[in-house]
Amino acid sequence: MATKAKTGKPRRNLSFMGWRRENGRVGVRNHVVILPLDDLSNAACEAVANNIKGTMALPHAYGRLQFGADLDLHFRTLIGTGSNPNVAAVIVIGIEDGWTKRVVDGIAKTGKPVVGFGIEGHGDIAIIAKASYKAKEFVQWASELEREECSVDDLWVSTKCGESDTTTGLSSCPTVGNMYDKLIPKGIYGCFGETSEITGAEHIAKSRAVNAKIGEKWMKVFQAYQDEVIEAHKVDDLSDSQPTKGNIAGGLTTIEEKALGNLEKIGRKCKYIEVLEPAEAPKAGPGLYYMDTSSAAAECVTLMAAGGYVIHTFPTGQGNIIGNPIVPVIKISGNPKTIRTMGEHIDVDVSGVLRRELTLDTAGDALIDMIVRTANGRLTAAEALGHREFVMTKLYRSA
Amino acid sequence: MSAPHFLVHSPKDNVGVVVVEGLKAGTSMIGVITETDETTKIKAKHDIPIGHKVALKPFKKGDTVVKYGEDIGKIVADVGVGEHVHVHNLKTKRW
Repeated sequence: MATKAKTGKPRRNLSFMGWRRENGRVGVRNHVVILPLDDLSNAACEAVANNIKGTMALPHAYGRLQFGADLDLHFRTLIGTGSNPNVAAVIVIGIEDGWTKRVVDGIAKTGKPVVGFGIEGHGDIAIIAKASYKAKEFVQWASELEREECSVDDLWVSTKCGESDTTTGLSSCPTVGNMYDKLIPKGIYGCFGETSEITGAEHIAKSRAVNAKIGEKWMKVFQAYQDEVIEAHKVDDLSDSQPTKGNIAGGLTTIEEKALGNLEKIGRKCKYIEVLEPAEAPKAGPGLYYMDTSSAAAECVTLMAAGGYVIHTFPTGQGNIIGNPIVPVIKISGNPKTIRTMGEHIDVDVSGVLRRELTLDTAGDALIDMIVRTANGRLTAAEALGHREFVMTKLYRSA
Repeated sequence: MSAPHFLVHSPKDNVGVVVVEGLKAGTSMIGVITETDETTKIKAKHDIPIGHKVALKPFKKGDTVVKYGEDIGKIVADVGVGEHVHVHNLKTKRW
């Protein structure tokens, strides 16, 4: 059941036991990942993960005949996923050696153990055997890695909301905003995105950039999305897609209303310091970042995880159930009906905000407390329920 | 104070959000403007589900609906105070 945010003074323990990786980044999970380069290699990866307990395959749908920016994004997503500090070691399997090596070399820059196998010339069975020996070695090695005390400011925490309704704008989104207002000044990395769901609030998003140059950069990304995606492909006013049917059932009527609620996630004080490409790792130091992502939950969380974020905070109104294979996704909801009817999916209950029993300040503290508990190893609702949605973003058709 | 029936983000807003389940037409509702903590009262004219919007003023076709102190779209069918505001009478100005 969801942990009800309580009034009064919360526990303020801001340290946790994490895994400090070879490159200095801190992970809150210790996964050994069997990563397919392409759709064809999913079967071998799943066979290895089945052979060697404690490893995890990340099957996905793409990787053949992609080109240009779409191929760059494919590599950036796979390399970023393998490089995430929640991952201790990686086995990459691809249909051929060339692109497999490109992913291996990218992940190897972190200093973590990674090897690759190409299937052509060997067949699935021989590669599954070879990769299984290596996976066993990696998982036993990873199981003995010691955790060390880390400070909350070592965390990279991303956010994206889903199945939003009007309660998210009143309670769960500003709870995340309150958390960022408190933790960004302590030196964490934050990240928000969802380019389509800022439509109607772009003047506010632009004004929350750290300076005019970054604001202009953000506006360019937003305008490109409007011109290249919406205007190029729309057949109506998008009323059937944005807001979604779930949003409308929850009382959200227009994209403008949804966007204004969405932006409550970045709090009152934070300014974003850089605009990232999808799956790009931030390089401008601690602070809040904007990442150009779709608003589809699994795509967005997968991109932020590939950017290096280790914990995701996810406000939901009507009850989005998404998880991620390598990053714990913390669900926050203020909708009492959702808490009652599907409470097993919610980690932090902030419905007291609607009843005026709970202030946003206390709700933000309750979320920080849940972030620290999650970093310490508490399984999120999505982890316990087995939600491992790993969805690559594809920019256009393959060649 | 007992829990409010509806919440309003900003004093500039002309709609509120119902935050209780099973609200029936005829209920004398208490609302709170969260930005200022001010209390306001109106009578519900429709059954309004939790999370759905209620009109705080009468609207004519073409009027702008304000929530979070910002423009969230235009009225496409006249609305009275205390009535349900949603996809049947409010549309985006975008796309």
